[in-house]
Amino acid sequence: MGPQHPSTHGVLRVKLKLDGERVIGSECIIGYLHRGVEKIAENRTYQQFAPYVDRMDYVAAVSSGLGYCEAIEKLLIVEAPPRARVIRTILTELQRIASHLLWLGTHALDIGALTPLFYCFREREEILKIFEKYCGARLTTHAFRIGGLQYEAYDTFEKDVERFCKDFESRIVEYEDLLTQNRIWIGRTKGVGILTAADAIAFGVTGPVLRASGVKWDIRKAAPYAAYDQYKFEIPVGTTGDTYDRYLVRMEEMRQSRLICLQAIENIPTGPIMAKVGKVLKPPPGEVYHAIEAPKGEIGYYVVSDGTVMPYRVHIRPPSFINLQAFDRMVRGHLVADVVAIIGTIDIVLGEVDR
Amino acid sequence: MADEPKEPKPPQVPTGEKPASSTPAVSTPPAKPADAGTPAAPPKAAAPPPPKPPVVLQTPLDNDLVKRFRAKFGTALLEAIEDRKQAILTVERAKLVEISLYLRDEEKFDMLSSLTAVDWPKREKRFDVVLDLYSFPKNERLRLKVHAADAEEVPSVVSVWSAANWQEREVFDMFGIVFSGHPDLKRILLPDEWQGYPLRKDYDILQQDTAWVRENLGIESGQ
Repeated sequence: MGPQHPSTHGVLRVKLKLDGERVIGSECIIGYLHRGVEKIAENRTYQQFAPYVDRMDYVAAVSSGLGYCEAIEKLLIVEAPPRARVIRTILTELQRIASHLLWLGTHALDIGALTPLFYCFREREEILKIFEKYCGARLTTHAFRIGGLQYEAYDTFEKDVERFCKDFESRIVEYEDLLTQNRIWIGRTKGVGILTAADAIAFGVTGPVLRASGVKWDIRKAAPYAAYDQYKFEIPVGTTGDTYDRYLVRMEEMRQSRLICLQAIENIPTGPIMAKVGKVLKPPPGEVYHAIEAPKGEIGYYVVSDGTVMPYRVHIRPPSFINLQAFDRMVRGHLVADVVAIIGTIDIVLGEVDR
Repeated sequence: MADEPKEPKPPQVPTGEKPASSTPAVSTPPAKPADAGTPAAPPKAAAPPPPKPPVVLQTPLDNDLVKRFRAKFGTALLEAIEDRKQAILTVERAKLVEISLYLRDEEKFDMLSSLTAVDWPKREKRFDVVLDLYSFPKNERLRLKVHAADAEEVPSVVSVWSAANWQEREVFDMFGIVFSGHPDLKRILLPDEWQGYPLRKDYDILQQDTAWVRENLGIESGQ
């Protein structure tokens, strides 16, 4: 299957070993989008590399950017000012909703439900418009800078976010009306691609996939970054770890993200948006590993500094790559038609898998 | 540079093969001249920044985990330091699987977050293989390191954490480090026939496998 199959969300090739219609083994062939991002990092300054991380998970660039900026801030031992952190939180949560919407639309499309895609893109468009107004870009935003933000929030920023959040409440109900009780949807997703909690942990699976298997773990709670410690939100978990559970978990996550945004715009602190960092960044020698909760799971940056303006080594732990490892475990014993559902439910972006 | 919060230290090459003595290695530079505070001392005109006491970011680590670890494995623990509040243990390569099993089962580091490598070509043992572990029950992270010279094999930890499978393949792909005991060690991101290991420091950023590119893509260069 693949690498140019429309349901593989990019260029993923899957070798399937079949017994009739049943899958008895699989192997993922990846690397078609490999660009050597980690090598590029060693030949760019810390600031110059920041836009590159947007091009890994290009449907959730804001989250990748946040992880990178915070990792370098940790390396420099600086902290972004409170105002910057709250704005970062709002944009990152909007990005989570946008990423989940894209996942929902394409996942439903793969399974055969055409309508949700149009609904999801309608709302995603509103989020991308907010990004565009904020920093001029819709996808590869480069919204944040090391040390804080480049741009102040525009005049009607809070109003736009508020309007979106208000509307979005009823929009989620529309998606759920289409799918949650839909017999075909349930038939195609319930009991498909079950991943137990023990397997999920062994494979290093994170994000909504891990939570759907019943592990209540979210880096926003376990090791709060940005301004997450100030807001109340729940971590949804599943029980069986099947495709339907992962659907329910992501739907609830969108609701929680909406609540975080609403809490955050209530009280955006005033003050500077940029910490005191020089024009030339030379982090003291040493290393950090910093992980944040991206829409797809834990995105981690392991950065080694040798005291010069360029990183000595940057390793990116991409959630898509690690989560895709569990694909073989999830797909065994299912029908070929379910393979499409299982690829969709892991929510991978090949740009991030291959880097 | 002027408004940087921390005074940069002179670059230090991480200590390579320090035996586990009673004083764990700290990569602090040797004692600086004590006359740092006297501005009227002109003897060194060469160094532009005034010698302030360097910020020590790497400190020796000696918490309960390290004590238990040292009691169990003794000299297999080569170094225990803390860098920016993150615990780093450097251990003996040959004992990696045994240590990993202990950390997973006894210390409850049940998830392998990330496995990667760093190349220090000037060092006697040029590679660091770096494992970032996470413990769900403790909500703690721990970094484990082993050193390996060029043709030395590193024991595979796939039997301990399945997550290591693709990550070890990636390290093999990018650095050429062989993991002994890996179930299916082959390239993962680059084509199987590719020559060279791109993330090694002696592999130039513009370098490529020209023969492969010519044969498979029909062009002289992909740059």
